[in-house]
Amino acid sequence: MKRLLPSPLLSLALLLTWLLLNQSLAAAHLLLGSVLAIIAPLLARPLQPHGHARLHRPLLLVRLLGKASLEILHSCINVSRTILLARPTGLNSQFIRIPLEMQSPHGLAVLAGIINLTPGTVWVELLPDSHELVLHVFDLHDAQWWIDTIKQEYEQPLMQIFEGSPA
Amino acid sequence: MNHVLPIALIFAMSCVSIAALLCCLRLLIGPSAQDRVLALDTLWICSMLMCLLLGIRYGSMIYFEVALLIALLGFVSTIAMAKFLMRGEIIE
Amino acid sequence: MIHWDHLPLWASLPTAALLVLGGGFTLTGCLGLLRLPHFYQRIHGPAITITLGTGCILIASMLLFSTLETRPVLHELLITLFLLMTTPMVSMLIMRAAVHRDLRQQHRLAAEKESPIAVYRDIQHQSRGDRKTS
Repeated sequence: MKRLLPSPLLSLALLLTWLLLNQSLAAAHLLLGSVLAIIAPLLARPLQPHGHARLHRPLLLVRLLGKASLEILHSCINVSRTILLARPTGLNSQFIRIPLEMQSPHGLAVLAGIINLTPGTVWVELLPDSHELVLHVFDLHDAQWWIDTIKQEYEQPLMQIFEGSPA
Repeated sequence: MNHVLPIALIFAMSCVSIAALLCCLRLLIGPSAQDRVLALDTLWICSMLMCLLLGIRYGSMIYFEVALLIALLGFVSTIAMAKFLMRGEIIE
Repeated sequence: MIHWDHLPLWASLPTAALLVLGGGFTLTGCLGLLRLPHFYQRIHGPAITITLGTGCILIASMLLFSTLETRPVLHELLITLFLLMTTPMVSMLIMRAAVHRDLRQQHRLAAEKESPIAVYRDIQHQSRGDRKTS
């Protein structure tokens, strides 16, 4: 069972995608979708150098994503207001550095996704020498606030989820 | 009673068209190559939105498949162009 | 527009509101793309288009078709998920490409003190310096 289904969540997601694409719950689609959901992860396994991600605390991930989407909504409105109303010459766009402790590549990927989806911040690079994240911020007021927010709101939960470190 | 929806739809369609025009402007004037790639990527998104709106307008779900294809192609082409910007000029 | 005639009011009003919102946010994002003065600011504009503009229009489409077909039509979720997974990668790659190109030009041209890329170069130098001292 473990060898056939290395990542049950991934297989379930593939099956759901297949059913959504075909928009039916017929037995034939269920069967074909299940076959695809079993074969595709096995075939894609050698493509992933770090192996499938293991979720230590899936509920926390759901809560984190919910919080992140609220944050995305909030900063969307902020950035639109800046674009529509403010004079663009008065903007303080800056690169800032944030020291990270997380090592898990899956956690870093999720962090990059959240940061880049939030309007107003773009992930530039993870400096290989000092393991620091360089972030470009659209309108910077307080660099320390960004560092604290990203480390506490996002990095700590992600480390608990993907690395299983205690809370 | 149902006159709100057509008006909203026309408003959304004109917004998306103007947005696509703005992207085209940036594509034409963009001083650097990365500006043009960014504008092209946004243009893909705008055309995908236009397909979705047309689908709502004609009440047909065929447009959904078109939108999905546009999203897929836009992603692949933008990734290819960004990669080219990053590495392409090394081979001179 | 025959398919709209028997649409109940509770479905058509939210759909209309979402369509207006989506159009507005799309336009705002592209306006930012055109209006902002520098590339590193311009890259933040399309993020609004992609998250809120696309999100609103996709939800509107889901709502409309679910009411018309009287069954849940959820396949727009696929586009949403796909965009949510790919957009971060696209913006990160474009950003890195821009930084690489600017750094390369910076080596060729005389260094400007105030330009964003000079700040970035300093960050890189500091990072290397930190490792040597530690």
